[in-house]
Amino acid sequence: MPCIDGSGKLSESGRRILAALARPITLEEAARQSGLPLYRIRSGAREMVQAGLVEEKAGAYMATPAGQALLRAES
Amino acid sequence: MEAEKANQSLPRLGQPAPLFEAETTHGTIRLEDFKGSWLVFFSHPADFTPVCTTEFVGFAELAPEFKKRNVELLGLSIDSTFSHIAWVRNIEQNFGVKVPFPVVADLNKEVASLYGMIMPGESKTETSRCVFVIDPNGVLRAMIYYPLTTGRNMREILRLIDALQTTDKHGVATPANWQPGDKVIVPPPKTTEDAEARMHAGLETKDWYFSKKSL
Repeated sequence: MPCIDGSGKLSESGRRILAALARPITLEEAARQSGLPLYRIRSGAREMVQAGLVEEKAGAYMATPAGQALLRAES
Repeated sequence: MEAEKANQSLPRLGQPAPLFEAETTHGTIRLEDFKGSWLVFFSHPADFTPVCTTEFVGFAELAPEFKKRNVELLGLSIDSTFSHIAWVRNIEQNFGVKVPFPVVADLNKEVASLYGMIMPGESKTETSRCVFVIDPNGVLRAMIYYPLTTGRNMREILRLIDALQTTDKHGVATPANWQPGDKVIVPPPKTTEDAEARMHAGLETKDWYFSKKSL
C-alpha cells in the first residue's frame, strides 16, 4: 500500500496522510488525527517527501503546494 | 559461505534489534518506523500453506488485543509482495478474516539472515516460525523459535507481552504460567541486610529469596 501508485494517483492511506498534513504537525499528531498507525504515517511521509508532496521543517510535516493540489484534484 | 555465516547468526536479547528497510504489503518500511510501539516481528515458512494460514488467522483475530497493548505486528517470509497480497486476500475470502498488518517480502533473504530466521537443518529456502519481540526503544526483548511443523500459540505471545510490560512498569518478574492479575515475583534482595528486612516486609515470602506480591 504505497501512498502513490505508478500513475501518480494517491492511495486511500496516501489521501488520509496528506489530508492530516494540511498544516504543519508532527507525525505523532498526524497518526492521532488520521487514525493510521504511526509506522504507516512515518513510511508514508517518507515516500511523499521523496515525491515532493510533503516537506519537513524542524520536525513538523506539511503538504507542499503540489501535495495540496494533488489532494484537491482527487477529492 | 558468507551468506551461510549470516544465516547462522542470531540477534541477542537486550541488544538493539538489527535495523532493516524492506518491501512489505504496506509499502517500504524501516524497523525504526515502529519506534514508540512494541513490535511482534514474526516469520512464517511460506504463503499458501496450511499451518501458516492458521497462524495468520490467529494473529489477525488477536490484532485488536495487540493494539490495545501498543503492539504492532509485522510478518515476513521468503515470498514476493504479489504472493503475500494474493494470500491475504485468499485468507479473507476463505476464512472471513482481514489481515491488518504488513508482511515483509524478503525474496533475497536479507532480513531473514539478519535475524537468523533460516534454520538450514530444517529448510534452506524457508524461514522457520520465529517471533521477535522488540520494545518501543528498538531493543530485542524476547525470541521464540518454532519448527516448520508446529503452529504457534498467539495467546502465549500476548501473555509474553503482558509479562514484559508488567516487568517494565513495576520492576518485578513473573513466575511460571503467570497470567495478568496473578501475583508477581519481587526481585531477590542483594545484601544480607535486605534479606533480613525482606522477611518482615509484608510480602508473601516463602524464604528470603522468594517473595511474591499482588499489584
